Amino acid sequence: MTAVAIRPRRIPRAGVWAASLFVAVVALAALLPAVLAHGSPSDVDAVAALRPPGAAHLLGTDANGRDVLTRIVYGARPSVLAGLGATALAVAAGTVLGLLAALGGRVLDEVTMRLVDVLLALPGLLLALLVIAVVGPGTFNAILAIAAYTLPSYARLVRAQTLVIRRSGYVEAATSLGLTRGRIVLRHVLPNAFAPLLVVATIEVGTALVAAASLSFLGLGPRPPAPEWGAMLSQGRDYFSVAWWMAIFPGLAITLTVLSVTVVGRHLQRRVEGRLA
Amino acid sequence: MSAPIVEVTDLHVAFGPVRAVRGVSLAVRPGECVALVGESGSGKSVTARTLIGLTGDGAEVRAASLAIEGEDATRFGERRWRTIRGTGIGYVLQDALVSLDPLRPVGKEIAETLRLHRAVPRGTVAERVVALLREVGVPEPEVRAAQYPHELSGGLRQRALIASAIACGPRLLIADEPTTALDVTVQAQILRLLAERKRAGTAVLLISHDLAVVAELADRVLVMKEGEVVEEGPVAGVLRAPAHPYTRALLDAIPAEHAKGTRLSRTAAGNGAARPESTAGGVDGASESPPRVPPGVTPGRAHAGSGTGASALPGEVVIRARDLAKAFGGRPAVAGVSFELRAGETLGVVGESGSGKTTTARLVLGLLEPDAGEVEIDGRPWRGLGAAERRELRRHIQVVYQDPLSSFDPRFTVRRVLDEALAVGGEPRAARRDRAVELLEQVGLDAGFLERRPRHLSGGQRQRVAVARALAPRPRVIVCDEPVSALDVSIQAQVLDLLADLQASLGVAYLFISHHLGVIHHVSDRVLVMKDGRIVESGDVRRVFTAPQDPYTKELLAAVPRLEHAHGSSPHSADDRASDHRAPDHRAPARAHDRAYEQEPSR
Repeated sequence: MTAVAIRPRRIPRAGVWAASLFVAVVALAALLPAVLAHGSPSDVDAVAALRPPGAAHLLGTDANGRDVLTRIVYGARPSVLAGLGATALAVAAGTVLGLLAALGGRVLDEVTMRLVDVLLALPGLLLALLVIAVVGPGTFNAILAIAAYTLPSYARLVRAQTLVIRRSGYVEAATSLGLTRGRIVLRHVLPNAFAPLLVVATIEVGTALVAAASLSFLGLGPRPPAPEWGAMLSQGRDYFSVAWWMAIFPGLAITLTVLSVTVVGRHLQRRVEGRLA
Repeated sequence: MSAPIVEVTDLHVAFGPVRAVRGVSLAVRPGECVALVGESGSGKSVTARTLIGLTGDGAEVRAASLAIEGEDATRFGERRWRTIRGTGIGYVLQDALVSLDPLRPVGKEIAETLRLHRAVPRGTVAERVVALLREVGVPEPEVRAAQYPHELSGGLRQRALIASAIACGPRLLIADEPTTALDVTVQAQILRLLAERKRAGTAVLLISHDLAVVAELADRVLVMKEGEVVEEGPVAGVLRAPAHPYTRALLDAIPAEHAKGTRLSRTAAGNGAARPESTAGGVDGASESPPRVPPGVTPGRAHAGSGTGASALPGEVVIRARDLAKAFGGRPAVAGVSFELRAGETLGVVGESGSGKTTTARLVLGLLEPDAGEVEIDGRPWRGLGAAERRELRRHIQVVYQDPLSSFDPRFTVRRVLDEALAVGGEPRAARRDRAVELLEQVGLDAGFLERRPRHLSGGQRQRVAVARALAPRPRVIVCDEPVSALDVSIQAQVLDLLADLQASLGVAYLFISHHLGVIHHVSDRVLVMKDGRIVESGDVRRVFTAPQDPYTKELLAAVPRLEHAHGSSPHSADDRASDHRAPDHRAPARAHDRAYEQEPSR
């Protein structure tokens, strides 16, 4: 007969641990940069310009003699903030739009969803550039621009979830109990529609982060000399043949952060879906 | 006696620490039907799947011997099993809709089996498909073969599935709950079809939780509980004179075969002590705490209302429905439905799927607006009420659904579920916890359940929580929409007893909807029989069940499988049934003049 060995319970692999650790380090850098780096990110030292990585400057210095490691650590806050802020804004606006579409009647549904379709039709970065063209560059405006282009997927997800939940047994049960419509939306529809949204948002933070870095790279994000990964990458490009470390390390910071956030997000997704199944 | 098609001795199946099957031995011979009976988690389906090499991943299977048509199957490889599954053993599952590929016409599905196993020459496959469909009684087989599963009714789908299972002429047919999802008249047709296969010499292994279905079809029966066979023998003997207490409890719990006005579950009367015998078997029952009798209830009188008939109930009218009509997309779902429900009374609504039962419930609950007609709750019509007044009125009429789990917010604990219902009922915040515990006690649970989540409860416990929630706003009437249809028979018995107790102590009225005639007969004072959105017959439940006037009611009652068929071996036609003599059974004296489906002999 078939005697199949029982598979061991899946434990979080080392990758998830490593990713979580990296996310924690980035979070620490964003919250308390002074713990990870000494000195100021804008300390100019002309004598020490363009030093390669070494004992004094672990990741080298840039053209103005500023320590690259310090700038990366201090750059975490604006970079991560742009990613998180844009995602939070997109989630909030997307939720409102999705709820309106699902619960506001046919006309409102058509109007919001066609609007969302228009946003979806434009390539993401182009849409962001369009927004910047209208509102002008700057940290907050970059967040706005990125939110505009990640928003449609959240609106669609919330709408789809709400349509399912609206017809669910527990909403009908709440209606038969005599709960008000607003209460049903707040206590039953919204929280249940939100759970899958949060998982998607966690993964999408990475996308928003790259988008924010891209805008800075193009000089449309925080203004120099503020340290920001995308802007540092952009400056490093000019010195790539003489000082590779100026571009490589900020680039690595972006890549590793996005990678880690995505790995952690996927892990959360599996856990949530496993629980729902 | 001919050699068995399949024979297994001392079969053990374990999934990790769970020992699903423990020492089962069985043999099925040509032209014989063996039934595996038991409640959820008893191991009956696992046993059947093991016989076709589909136990599943992570299963550890041991058996002293397993022979299929005399061959030692313990050495079969995956390839050999595939051949066996297609040609030697046909497998029919419960739900034909999920078992058939939704993207392919049913004819193609059956043809695939034929092609795969090269059962007939290539050119004649289409012909053979039509012949098979005709054989299983599908009308217009040429047309049906080109249709998709969703275009067929449940009965036709099940027939198509059986056609696919018998396509390569298997010598053994395994039918796992083949009629559980079907209406009673369709069930009768499918049982007749299986009986025909049996007469044609096919061995049938029937898996069912329904002893009456087993009585119709099986020759021998194995009663399973927690992975073990507790009783085994010829079906007539086992059902008429069960030796094992578990089999007796199963039989007692069947409302159809049970005297009206008595309790179904074996709760010790009076003091709420633990049950004398373990009625609740299987996984579900094992975790079920023994239900306690609510305070102030004399269990002996649980069915005070039902025994005396509708005329003796002087309660005021709590629901009045007048000429209700509702159509969906031009198709009438409910038409001309009128009835009254009085305080403390139970009005049963019975009918097959699509008869308009649930639409009626939703109209009564004010969840749907009727196209015509009116529903009054406590003398107040839904129509014309503002949103606030409607909400106020909703408190007086509550609902219990078939699937309690989907009616709870998945994030909520039992405490929050009840808290919300109590808040709506106007209970002050400070008093809610005590009231919640009180409600749980009323439905036979304790305060320990407050912090548990519904999805971690057993089916019976969930339905108890659903009843507690319905009671929270102190309603005059509860609409029960198939409240026990998803439960095992022993758990069903406990929930039905609970509802009866609550009616006796609280005077709540029930609008009780079910497709199950036995359940309806047991709980109702009066009954409405619905067909195609209309009430075809109504009246005192005893009158309707013993002397039905409407032809459809007669057909419905005749289609119900009955335990007394255990002495015969094939399903009888309606005509046979009327003149059927009754086999004596272990409860005969109590039922002398109170037979569930007794029909007057045709004059």
